[in-house]
Amino acid sequence: MTPLAKLLEAALFAAARPISLEALAALDSEASPAAVSAAVDELREHYDLDGHGVELVEQGGGWQILTRAEFAEAIERAQVAVRPQRLSAAALETLAIVAYRQPIGRAEIEEIRGVAVGSVLKSLHERGLIDIVGRGEGVGRPLLYGTTSQFLEQFALRHLEELPRADELAIALRGAGNNAVVPE
Amino acid sequence: MIAPNFRTVQAEGPSFVVELSQFTGPLDLLLSLIRDEQVDIYDIPIARVAEQFLARVGTLGLDEAADYLEMAARLLRIKAQMLLPRADGEDTWEDPRAELVRRLLEYQQMREIVDLLERRGEERRHRFPRRFVPVSVDITPLNAPLALALGDLLGAVDRVLRTSREPTLHEVIPRALDVAGAMTSIRAVIAMRRHCRWSDLVGTDAEPWQILSVLLALLEMAKLGELQLAQHQPFASVEIRRDAVSEAA
Repeated sequence: MTPLAKLLEAALFAAARPISLEALAALDSEASPAAVSAAVDELREHYDLDGHGVELVEQGGGWQILTRAEFAEAIERAQVAVRPQRLSAAALETLAIVAYRQPIGRAEIEEIRGVAVGSVLKSLHERGLIDIVGRGEGVGRPLLYGTTSQFLEQFALRHLEELPRADELAIALRGAGNNAVVPE
Repeated sequence: MIAPNFRTVQAEGPSFVVELSQFTGPLDLLLSLIRDEQVDIYDIPIARVAEQFLARVGTLGLDEAADYLEMAARLLRIKAQMLLPRADGEDTWEDPRAELVRRLLEYQQMREIVDLLERRGEERRHRFPRRFVPVSVDITPLNAPLALALGDLLGAVDRVLRTSREPTLHEVIPRALDVAGAMTSIRAVIAMRRHCRWSDLVGTDAEPWQILSVLLALLEMAKLGELQLAQHQPFASVEIRRDAVSEAA
């Protein structure tokens, strides 16, 4: 490995959260952005080709070293680390709406889901997956929610744009004008 | 007049028991009914679906029912609107189901995103990051302007409210007053002395229940006419006097 790749490895090992390319570049003021990029690739390939128990993953706006999925079972059984709990269906629905419509207020989410979401929002906020990003116009100036970098991290997303655009989904909404259904 | 296009489905179809907690809300239930019946989402047989919907909601607990009942009412209103006669040649008829269809599609689209998130989250769940708890070395100078996100502030307020909402509890020991006992001892005192004072009846080490018992006993006896109470000036000692009338009696 090149010295730069080793330096990146050390920094990524020490980091608690994903590190962005810009932050990695700050480790060596003489390295060009292209060289840092190349060193990241080198490290990733090193992990992949030489058979390591960890891998280098791009997610949550940066790079992070993660253990390989095949070892999760054994690691958990030995109580070294515990897999995070799965989110409930209600929490996932709420999270999906926030991810696509952010910034969005509670009333709008309830309109789409058809149920009250107060407690679900609270638990998503406590888990650090959503945050209050501002206040809306209108009565009571409602709190507006958006997703966090923790959200990207937990769903292995590089950035929000990685989610399919609404019109790329299998069920694309028809234009507003086509909503009136004309029976035969 | 154009009749609403109902699909003819036997109402006595196989009914099955549904665990309602498996649905995340009324739209979820509605979508599953539509899927089971294999009907076109753009041409929902509203009477049939409303009936099925109500049947399922009937098995719901009351806590969850509100959201479902709101949808049930909506379905029934659409059903009624579908039955309204329309004038011949009216081609700008707006389908009462349009808004519901829009919501169902929007909901279905969101469910697609849920599936995607579920897959990604499940993959990610099996990979551990480094478990590193950063030691906080962030020393903010005292005169620095307060930097605080709205979420942090609301979180702090919530924490404070949560701690202060904890009520201070103290145990209350029930102790019955002994008015009858106090009356007996007062009678014993005034039998020997024509008049006495409050301090003769209540010792300095008396418990609150004893003080209250004596007070109530005195009032009770004054009412019965056994004694007279007098206080010559505010805060002065209370004089207790054997009643002349009862003495004569």
